[in-house]
Amino acid sequence: MLHHTVLRVIAKLLVPVILLFALYVQFHGEYSPGGGFQAGVIFASGIILYALVFGLDDTMRALPPGVLKILSASGVLLYAGVGLDTLLLGGNYLDYDWLADSPTHGQHLGIFLVELGVGITVASTMLLLYYAFTGREQGQ
Amino acid sequence: MLGTLSNDLPALQVVVPLMSAPLCLVLARWPRLVWILCVAASWTSLAISMELLDQVLSYGPISYAMGGWAAPWGIEYRVDSVNAYVILIVTGIASVVLPFAGASVAGEIREDKVAMFYTLLMLCLTGLLGMTITGDAFNVFVFLEISSLSMYGLISMGRDRRALTSAFQYLVMGTIGGTFILVGIGFLYVITGTLNMADIAQRLPEATQLRTLHTAFAFLVVGIGLKLAMFPLHLWLPNAYAYAPSTATALIAATATKVAVYALLRFVFTVIGPVTAYEDLPFGEIAMALATLGLLTGSFVAIFQENVKRILAYSSVAQIGYILLGIGLATALGLQAGILHLFNHALMKGALFMAVGCFFYRVGSVRLDDLRGIGRKMPWTFAAFVIAGLSLIGVPLTVGFISKWYLLQATLQQGYWPLALLILGGSLLAVVYIWRVVEAAWFGSPSVRANDAKEAPLGLLIPTWTLVLANLYFGIHTELTVGVADLAARTLLEAIR
Amino acid sequence: MRFLQLYNYEIAIFLAMVGLYIVVSRGNLVKKIAGLSMFQTSVFILYISMGVVDGGSVPILTEGVTRYSNPLPHVLILTAIVVGVATTAVALSLVIRINEAYGTVEEDEVHQQDESF
Repeated sequence: MLHHTVLRVIAKLLVPVILLFALYVQFHGEYSPGGGFQAGVIFASGIILYALVFGLDDTMRALPPGVLKILSASGVLLYAGVGLDTLLLGGNYLDYDWLADSPTHGQHLGIFLVELGVGITVASTMLLLYYAFTGREQGQ
Repeated sequence: MLGTLSNDLPALQVVVPLMSAPLCLVLARWPRLVWILCVAASWTSLAISMELLDQVLSYGPISYAMGGWAAPWGIEYRVDSVNAYVILIVTGIASVVLPFAGASVAGEIREDKVAMFYTLLMLCLTGLLGMTITGDAFNVFVFLEISSLSMYGLISMGRDRRALTSAFQYLVMGTIGGTFILVGIGFLYVITGTLNMADIAQRLPEATQLRTLHTAFAFLVVGIGLKLAMFPLHLWLPNAYAYAPSTATALIAATATKVAVYALLRFVFTVIGPVTAYEDLPFGEIAMALATLGLLTGSFVAIFQENVKRILAYSSVAQIGYILLGIGLATALGLQAGILHLFNHALMKGALFMAVGCFFYRVGSVRLDDLRGIGRKMPWTFAAFVIAGLSLIGVPLTVGFISKWYLLQATLQQGYWPLALLILGGSLLAVVYIWRVVEAAWFGSPSVRANDAKEAPLGLLIPTWTLVLANLYFGIHTELTVGVADLAARTLLEAIR
Repeated sequence: MRFLQLYNYEIAIFLAMVGLYIVVSRGNLVKKIAGLSMFQTSVFILYISMGVVDGGSVPILTEGVTRYSNPLPHVLILTAIVVGVATTAVALSLVIRINEAYGTVEEDEVHQQDESF
């Protein structure tokens, strides 16, 4: 891939923009179309673009599969943990009203945390899928 | 603090296994710890389900609003005597199978995959429990897919390479089934504009689009039929059971089809209503016809299998026939017999597959040829297999007898004496295939593999015998199971408006 | 022309049947997965089309708009799409492992090897 200068330059320019856009979709999801699922996939696609152009080894060194596995688990834990927290605070499961002093704040905080969990899990799972499929070919 | 949580048990029932699944991944480096966590989670689930059943029996159905959103708009978890009973079956089996998993998984699964295996096991449990507890039709589909996807993974972890092809086969058929269910739910939504089961049931009588309703019903029955391995949609089952790791087989065989039967009961009786199902449409006749065909074919094919797990798998197809027969009768007694057999079949198939898992642990194969003479080398495991086998046949003092007794009464009450003869015939066929295993294992001259085998370790024997003793206990003390099954059957039939 | 008015159902049925036919008739496991995805997608289209309200706008609160399409089926299908992606991923990874174990992704060749095994 060393000689594909155009690809490398464009990818280098695009990857940060894609990641930034993913973060926008993630954190603006409460007000406009977006949210954890979409943001996670966009984030993962940015990194997959990097892996396509610069190779799997470099990508894996930056984001090792072991770390991604833990991240994918912690996203689910964050989601379920918010629910557990609302239980302990006295509400129903995932009833965000109880999370902060006023229900509106609580709903904001709840959606924010839950979507963050979804985003982390989706992004790391998509990357793990990509690793599993491409890494296999090189290994065999 | 526990006092405030007692109102949240329906949510915790699903959340406990759900949260333990990602924790398994986090703790992947310490397989022993993962196992302990899963055992603890399954026992907690069992405790929750017992408390739930107790609450339902004393105070009536429980409704739980997820996220604080009231019922028709938000997702409602609804526990009544029917699903509290099924949840008890699932968690009960899980809390016996998971201690069994400790030694069995260490022997069968590669060490770096152990944590993954437990993660899938817990996700499967989450899916099954969620499917049972939810009162939202679309939620059923979501949890169904969670349990199915994790089952495909579990099956593919078997040692034999045929595990891969059988997992693929199950995936194709299971996905078609799941999609059929999705179509059915979609049509129900088109008719009523709601997804809450109780709400759908309330609005359906006003529905004018009867053809859409009938189509929805057909899609749901075929889709769920694929999942519960209703004859002739059972083709995925024998291979899936035969090549999955022993632990996975024990859990799936004892619980997955039971939950599918529950989903069928729920949609037929609570959501769509028995009037549409049995009077406008010939559901009863079709169910009884398929049940008898499945009963005979399953038992008959089981006799000619060379692999013990496949014998038991085909016998499962036959046993599902008994359950469906009870449902097809649609009388209080028939339903009671069917629901009773859900519990009893889970007990005996769980025990049988765990005993076979013990054989596999020592011998490394469950082919009849390799198991020759194993009974003398592993007497305790063999005794467990024989008692559970007797229960499968329906010998008095075992649970198998109880459910067959009620089923016989139910058929005779309706005057269907040929069906009663069929039930007895099925038992005779069961004698034949169980005898084949006993003959090879006890009277056969030891095979090369069986010669070196020792008795299974206590870590496997204790859980297996727990279930075997449960087979005997519930065969003698029938008040709990028969009583709850009766209540469940009446709850379902009360839905007739 | 009632037949033409129901075109969304006809498209869904057509896609579903094509998908199912591919699953049943093709021996190549990857093609089976493609058929399966198509079958699932047809149901997604069915759901999305039933959320449409005549003259309804995109279901995002806007001033001056009173009639919106029903967003609920869309949300449901978002979940179903995720399930579909997961199914396809599991299926493809199974096919990769089958290919490694048998050296082929043709169903009849796999069965042949198992029988001689």
